[in-house]
Amino acid sequence: MIPAAFDYIRAGSIAEAIDLLQRDPDGSKLVAGGHTLIPTLKLRLASPALLVDIRGIAEMKGIAVNEDSIRIGALTTHAELLASEPLHKALPIFRQAANLIADPQVRNRGTIGGSLANADSAADWPAVVIALKAELEIASATGSRRVAARDFFVDIFSTTLGPSEVLAAIHIPCPAAGTRFTYRKIRHPASGYAVVGIAAAVRINAGVAANLSIGITGAASHAFPGDIAAEFLAGKPLSQGNIEEAARLQSAATECLSDRYASAEYRASLLGTETRRALLALAA
Amino acid sequence: MIEAEKRHAVTIEINGSRRTLEVEARKLLVHLIRDDLGLTGTHIGCDTSQCGACTVEIDGEATKSCTVLAVMADGASITTIEGVSPAGSSLDPVQAAFHEHHALQCGFCTAGMIMSVRQLLRQHPDPSEDDIRHGIAGNICRCTGYHNIVRAIESLVAKG
Repeated sequence: MIPAAFDYIRAGSIAEAIDLLQRDPDGSKLVAGGHTLIPTLKLRLASPALLVDIRGIAEMKGIAVNEDSIRIGALTTHAELLASEPLHKALPIFRQAANLIADPQVRNRGTIGGSLANADSAADWPAVVIALKAELEIASATGSRRVAARDFFVDIFSTTLGPSEVLAAIHIPCPAAGTRFTYRKIRHPASGYAVVGIAAAVRINAGVAANLSIGITGAASHAFPGDIAAEFLAGKPLSQGNIEEAARLQSAATECLSDRYASAEYRASLLGTETRRALLALAA
Repeated sequence: MIEAEKRHAVTIEINGSRRTLEVEARKLLVHLIRDDLGLTGTHIGCDTSQCGACTVEIDGEATKSCTVLAVMADGASITTIEGVSPAGSSLDPVQAAFHEHHALQCGFCTAGMIMSVRQLLRQHPDPSEDDIRHGIAGNICRCTGYHNIVRAIESLVAKG
């Protein structure tokens, strides 16, 4: 399959990428790993006039584990997130989730920023950044702003990112000592995407759940926080009974997506099951 | 000035030789490798980044070349199956192990599989069977059922 013709420019900085986008916001697309965009171009589901290659932008690369927060450049690949020892030490959920994404070759190219900005309703990273209460750093011609991950995803393939804005980095507050994490999903057997995926973080303090946060992907049109389950369990012990009730409440309150892979009813059932399994793993 | 039909100069080092070509931005790397450079050991299977038959190494990383634009590879060093054991030389150890353990039947997936196994063994010099199966998850083989491929890889580990 051959994409429709387009022009191609490499941007050397965020400012240059924004400048190029502003000249023709509707006709231009950023490309980093390209592992979603290039298949889309080959199917001619998109035919931009210009691709702006941002892979060389140094300020969008790297993982920095600081005292209070962790900064992950948007161009960091899934393979880099999997391999990073400092990141694994601070937030082991990254290696756990990265290992469930696609396959080694795809992980070598695909980036976390691309996954978040593309906002596939079944992508893995959206659930993870929501559960970790990340902030997304968005650069525009007028400066830089930060958006809470939970407010970033709007609809299927839709975010609060403007047409001439660039997702530059992800900032995650360092978790309190003793915080436990997990990510699990029902993996679609062909695509590898999450039919339903659950990311969760919790600290168990004097036997009860503290700071429980949950991110859910795959179930609905976009990733969202599992607030219903988290609020039910706040201050309660993570007992089997409490976990089952929290999972049931979250499932009942979620309007699930229906497509040719899974009906809304089936997804709601998986959401309850996977939420329960994720929370039981944290309680263990 | 945006020009869709414009041709872009791409300079790559391929299997140790430096080459410069003029390509359209939309040209896929796998087409440059096969059609422009005549290196037809790299195959096109699914053309949708699922099957891994087009896997090559870009700057040492196993990559599905059907999902990379040739222009994006400008400045990169690429190794294809032809570079693994140049004509006339003996087989690469991974190729020899595949030969020894009958890890192929039709052979269509083999070139891509070998490129992934080379990366797997660089990252996991002593892989478990789980590591091996996880490491070749991006390469689909419809003949062998994978068992002989896993055996071939395990034989390399056992040899050290």
